[in-house]
Amino acid sequence: MVSRRVMLRHSAEAAALMATAGLLPTTASAAWPQAAFDAKGLADTVKALGAGAPQESKDVTLTAPDIAENGAVVPVGCACALAGVKRLALLVEKNPTTLAAVFEVNDALEPSFATRVKMAQTSNVYAVALLADGRALFAQKEVKVTLGGCGG
Amino acid sequence: MGDPMRIRAQAQGDKAVVRVLMSHEMETGQRKDSAGKTVPAWFIQEVTASHNGTPVFSALWGTAVSKNPFVLFTIRGAKAGDKIVVTWVDNRGDKRSDEATVV
Repeated sequence: MVSRRVMLRHSAEAAALMATAGLLPTTASAAWPQAAFDAKGLADTVKALGAGAPQESKDVTLTAPDIAENGAVVPVGCACALAGVKRLALLVEKNPTTLAAVFEVNDALEPSFATRVKMAQTSNVYAVALLADGRALFAQKEVKVTLGGCGG
Repeated sequence: MGDPMRIRAQAQGDKAVVRVLMSHEMETGQRKDSAGKTVPAWFIQEVTASHNGTPVFSALWGTAVSKNPFVLFTIRGAKAGDKIVVTWVDNRGDKRSDEATVV
């Protein structure tokens, strides 16, 4: 029987070989969740981040414009005041990569973040709060994009 | 090493609001150049910040974050004179750190 430890070492070696052969995209950070950033759609992305089925909740706040004139720069913000929130994620449903950003929440920070994202086309934007007990709560808003932010 | 970040940290009561503007191309890997070749993805993957040497903020980013990224976060218990250091790492392993003082 192959132990988990050995198995992990083997897969790490295989991954290293593939990386040297140029088969894998170069990832500088080991903590960067490739699978989550590859996933498409809300449910798959939340699953790849290790949480259960997402539920809509009023406790999660999503700040986004109704209409974005330029899809390359869409200001979005997320906040969740519930106790037990581990991570806040921003997702854009119809982007080539649904997941835009994941923010870690801890006691030293207010659970509120803002950034700017690219949007390929008019789509739903989600703010997802991942809780310590495995639940995922989300808020959504449709943002109309008049000029896409990908390609050119 | 990219260009310097612009960091503004403002004390508001017992908190400090930190605004960071980084200088980075944030290529998605979807765009094609004039010769029709795909421009390889090049983007910031990890952003971290520390408050007086203690790590407080950490974020993982994908390609969907805008060019020259902006981020805003609020540190609890920070006051004027405290030191904030922000660091990013991109998918080529390039990194940059800049520091600012809370005002």
